[in-house]
Amino acid sequence: MQIFNLADADQGFTAEVEARSHQNVKTCYQCGNCTAGCPYTFAYDYSVSQIMRLVQTGQKEAVLKCRSIWLCGSCQSCTTRCPNKIDVALIMDVCRHMAREEGYATERSVKVFADSFLESVERHGRAYELGLMASYMTRSGRVFTDVDLAPQVLMRGKLPFKPHPIQGREQVARIFERFRKGGKNA
Amino acid sequence: MLKIAYYPGCSGQGTSLEYDTSTRAVCKALDVELVDIPDWSCCGSTPAHTVNHVLSAALSARNLAQVESMGMTKATTPCPSCLTNLRTASHKMDDPEFKDKVNALLDVPCRNAVDTQSVLQVLAENVDPDLIKGKVVKPLSGIKIACYYGCIMNRPPEVMKFDHHENPMAMDNLMALLGAEVVPFPLKVECCGASYGIPRGDIVHRLSGKLLDAARDVGADAIVTACPLCQMNLDLRQGQINDALRENFRIPVFYYTQLLGYALGIDRAELGFEKLCVDPRLALGRIKQPQQAM
Repeated sequence: MQIFNLADADQGFTAEVEARSHQNVKTCYQCGNCTAGCPYTFAYDYSVSQIMRLVQTGQKEAVLKCRSIWLCGSCQSCTTRCPNKIDVALIMDVCRHMAREEGYATERSVKVFADSFLESVERHGRAYELGLMASYMTRSGRVFTDVDLAPQVLMRGKLPFKPHPIQGREQVARIFERFRKGGKNA
Repeated sequence: MLKIAYYPGCSGQGTSLEYDTSTRAVCKALDVELVDIPDWSCCGSTPAHTVNHVLSAALSARNLAQVESMGMTKATTPCPSCLTNLRTASHKMDDPEFKDKVNALLDVPCRNAVDTQSVLQVLAENVDPDLIKGKVVKPLSGIKIACYYGCIMNRPPEVMKFDHHENPMAMDNLMALLGAEVVPFPLKVECCGASYGIPRGDIVHRLSGKLLDAARDVGADAIVTACPLCQMNLDLRQGQINDALRENFRIPVFYYTQLLGYALGIDRAELGFEKLCVDPRLALGRIKQPQQAM
C-alpha cells in the first residue's frame, strides 16, 4: 500500500483534468462499479477507480506514468455504469492525452501503433492497413507481429496491396497540419 | 424508398470487405438506398481520440460536411467504431466553442446537421419486420446463434441512442425473425480487446477467448456480429487464441448481414462466406432446407 500525504496534492493537475474532460471528479465516491465492469483490469497497474482517486488527490506523476491509461479500450463500460454520471472513459482518454504531451509512453507499442495509424491517414486520407502494419513493425522493432496471420488474410484478399488515396487527401493532411500548429488547444 | 448517405469505413475496403458487400446487398433487397458519401476519409478510429478530441472530431466532421454537401441529413455506417466517432463528434459539436475549434481545422466548415446511425439501427427502426419476413426464401431454422454486439454500438446510451445499453435485442430479434434459434448470450456487450490485437495480442487473446468460451457454453453453432474489429479478433485470431489458451475453438463468426443475405436468397458471391477464416460450412449445413422447414 502506498501512503500519500494529501497536503502534497497537485490541485492544478486535478483542475486541468476536470477542465479538459468537462467532468467533476469530486463526485466519485469510489463505489468501484467502473473497476468491476472493466475487462482490462487484469492488464492494468492501477484499476480505473484507483486512477479516479489518483486524479482526485492530484497525483500527477503516478497517473501520467501508469500503464492503465494506455491500455483502456474505450469500451464505455465504466462511463455507462457510473452512478454519478462521470464520463470515466473520457477521463482515461484525457489522461492519455496529457501523458503524450508530457512525453510519457509507458506502453510504447500502443503509442507506436496509434502513431503509425494516424500517419497512414495523414498520408492517404484513409487507413491503409498493409502500409500501417509495415510502419508499425519498423518503428516498434516487432517485425514478427502477426506474421502467422499473413497467409490467411492474403489468401482471402483481405489486405489490398495498394492504398486507396482519395482526392481530398490534402484536405485531411491540412487537418493534421493545423492541429500541430494549434497544439493541445487546437 | 428510404435514401440515406453511406459511410463504408476503411476496413470495408480491406479486412471486412464481405461486411461492406453484404450490407450493400441486403439494403438493396430491403429497399434502403445507400448513397456513397463522395470522397469520404478516415474517421480517425481509436488512435485519433486517444491523441486529441478536437483532432478526432475534425477527422469525422470532414465527412459530416461531405454529407451536408449532398443535401442530406441522415447517414449510416456498418462499423460501430466509425459510428462512435461520427456520433461523438456531433455530440461534442453541440458545444459551440468546441465546434469552432473543430471548424478551425477544416477547409469546409461542418454545420453539424447530420444524424448518423448504424445500419443495424436503420434496419431495426426503419424497415417493417413483415417486409423482411415476406422476403425470406431460406429460413435459418436449425442453426443456433449467439448475437454479439460489441462494446460501443449502444454505449454510452446518451450518445448512441439505440436499443438497450446492457441487453440490446435488435440483432437477436432480426435473427429470430429469419428463423434462427437465438441462444441467450450473456457477454453480448463485453469488449473483445478492441484494437490491441497488434500492439498487445495477449489482451485480445484473453478477452476474445472469454467470448468464444461463453458462446461454446451456451451451445452456439456460430457467433453473429456487427463489428469488423470484433469479427477480426474472434475469427482471424481464433487460431492464435487457441494456441495462447490451449483451446480448440472452431466457432464461425458471421456478420449479421451475411446471414440476413443468406435468408433473403442473395447471391453467395456478394455475401463473401469464403472470406471467413473459420470454416462456416458445418454451421451453414445445420440450416434445414426450405422444404423441410415448412
